[in-house]
Amino acid sequence: MTPRRRPPITDPRVRELVRAARTPRGSALSRRSFLLGTLGAAGVGALLAACGSEGEDVVGVVDRSTEERLVRWANWPIYVDQDESGASPTISAFEDLSGIRVDYAEAIEDNESFYASVQERLLAGADIGYDVVTVTDYLAARLIRLGYAQNLDRTRIPNADNLLPSLKGVDFDFGRTRSLTWQSGFAGIAWDKQAVPKGLRTVSDLWDPDLAGGVQLLSEMRDTMGLLMLEEGVDPSGTWSNDEFYQALEVMREKVSSGHVREVAGNSYADALVAGEAVAVFAWSGDITALNFEHGDRFEFAIPEAGGTLWSDNLLVPVGSTHRSNAEDLFDYYYQPEVAAQVAAWVNYITPVEGAQEAMVAIDPELAENPMIFPDDETLRRVSVFRTLEPDEDERFSNEFFAAAGL
Amino acid sequence: MSIATVLGEGGPQAATPRRTRARGHLPLLLPGLVYLTLFFVVPVGALLATSLYVPVPGGDVGQYQPALHWQNYTDALAKFWPQLVRSFGFALMATIAALLIGYPMAYVIGVRARGRRLLQGLMLVLVVAPFFTSFILRTIAWKQILADDSFVVSALHWLHLLPPGGRLTATPFAVVCGLTYNFLPFMVLPIYASLERLDARMLEAGADLYASPFTTFRTVTLPLSMPGVVGGTLLTFIPASGDYVNSSLLGNNTNTSMIGQVIDARFFKVLDYPTAAALSVVLMVAILLLVGAYVRRSGTEELL
Repeated sequence: MTPRRRPPITDPRVRELVRAARTPRGSALSRRSFLLGTLGAAGVGALLAACGSEGEDVVGVVDRSTEERLVRWANWPIYVDQDESGASPTISAFEDLSGIRVDYAEAIEDNESFYASVQERLLAGADIGYDVVTVTDYLAARLIRLGYAQNLDRTRIPNADNLLPSLKGVDFDFGRTRSLTWQSGFAGIAWDKQAVPKGLRTVSDLWDPDLAGGVQLLSEMRDTMGLLMLEEGVDPSGTWSNDEFYQALEVMREKVSSGHVREVAGNSYADALVAGEAVAVFAWSGDITALNFEHGDRFEFAIPEAGGTLWSDNLLVPVGSTHRSNAEDLFDYYYQPEVAAQVAAWVNYITPVEGAQEAMVAIDPELAENPMIFPDDETLRRVSVFRTLEPDEDERFSNEFFAAAGL
Repeated sequence: MSIATVLGEGGPQAATPRRTRARGHLPLLLPGLVYLTLFFVVPVGALLATSLYVPVPGGDVGQYQPALHWQNYTDALAKFWPQLVRSFGFALMATIAALLIGYPMAYVIGVRARGRRLLQGLMLVLVVAPFFTSFILRTIAWKQILADDSFVVSALHWLHLLPPGGRLTATPFAVVCGLTYNFLPFMVLPIYASLERLDARMLEAGADLYASPFTTFRTVTLPLSMPGVVGGTLLTFIPASGDYVNSSLLGNNTNTSMIGQVIDARFFKVLDYPTAAALSVVLMVAILLLVGAYVRRSGTEELL
């Protein structure tokens, strides 16, 4: 997830409001889930003791998990459950029952900038200071392609069998041996219900002259271009090439240069919506759910008629990490349906864990029915994953995309 | 042996005091030299080298290899000259605005409030106080001040100074406002420093010679404060032209993009390091040339 999807809240008053809105369910760790978690991790602990695994595919890196009960996790801001003090109940529970200390850092603000900051050390096979990184599909694909991700011992992560069937065979990691999904979300269109009373159905509805100057697009290329391509009748998960991409890019260039699009940005679109400065935007599903929590259902999110995009953020163990087994314990813990439901209730994104919906009923029956957290097949049929780009395409497309946006 | 002799402070009886003194100061310079070499010369060298790199054939995103590809410069300029020109345009506007706002402030603090130490100190604190909070926070505050539902915008609408539906955020105006505000103290303080030394008797002499207050200002005050004005404009213009915080927070990322933003996006979003490095070098050289020409023209050689 990018900060655009979940902007860090800077205003203390807003932060207070968010907490007030979320606390009742956010901190709810039911007795049942706690017990289940304890049992699960105890089993894992026993397994761990029996195996004493070694990092088999990384030369020169020894797994020191048994000596150092530590796992260092780099994640995005506000991407795990929190209680009033800012601590995460699920992380605390994991620490208590596994004896592994979690150094949780909100260290990733942006996929590419994070990659730029660790690239040299990954190339050298050195420790980057994190044992778990949470990165979006395309960056996960690049890390795996370049051999920067360690092989996971799936026998030590039995709960990973709960992974949703649709996520079991992603194109960048077919058997899911080097990555596991953390959360997923949709990119679609959102609008202010007062300012746009008749609503929006298609991406082309955003080009209505009445909305000029109040439209915002996302600076995440795959989401903005995915939505534009879908509107042109191109499936971004298919085998399209330059022509289709540039044709959609032309639409964006024209709308940006004519001033119809107010801004091509990330996290700030949420602020702009709240301030009433943007009224029709490309948006991420979880953001709108969260905004509506705070602003009384003022906004609406929809997947455009032509379709929306689906992205996922993935957990990877970078090459050079010496705590792979601890990381595997962490993954196994979070793949328990009860724990996953607890996280989903707080972050409002799609949980990749099967059974979490049933577990959610215990936390909040209303959320269990929310198609943005638990999409039904009908919804899933309408979204597609932007295909993995070849390195040279990636370079060229992002170059052109940002140039069209004025950067 | 006293400390004075070790340091080369030979006193009157030393045979060649000038030479020992010069040698004695070298070790004192060393930390500065090492620091500058490590954190300025080496990075600039690396930047120059990177600006000539080419992508590794068949390599992945963000992988480059050393080369002497001068075309990076022409490509970068051909693509991003509008943002470069815009940066200098915005920086120039902000510098002029800061000068118009800052000079009277410096004048009041340095000349009018003379003798009233407390008032002077208080006003100086007011100038410097914004530095106690973060640059980013102050810029975000401006975002709220200029927001569509802010009193500034509604007042402008009411006065018909802004057309219906007109707005301030995400416009060049907002970016220049932010730049002006954020660099204002850099303008005020040097001008204050030179005005503070202004001999009040000169102004009296001007009045005695029947010069109007304006003539006195034009022929006495302004020329004497020129070093401060030149210093202030440089301290405002140079950081303003490379700034990217104001344009990314107050601008719209499209027709208000400044070169700093482009460099940031090339480095961290596109991972196009050679273009980013080439643009950084171009920016540095352009500033150096502009500033050199300016200082030469305004004739304050002691600044060079």
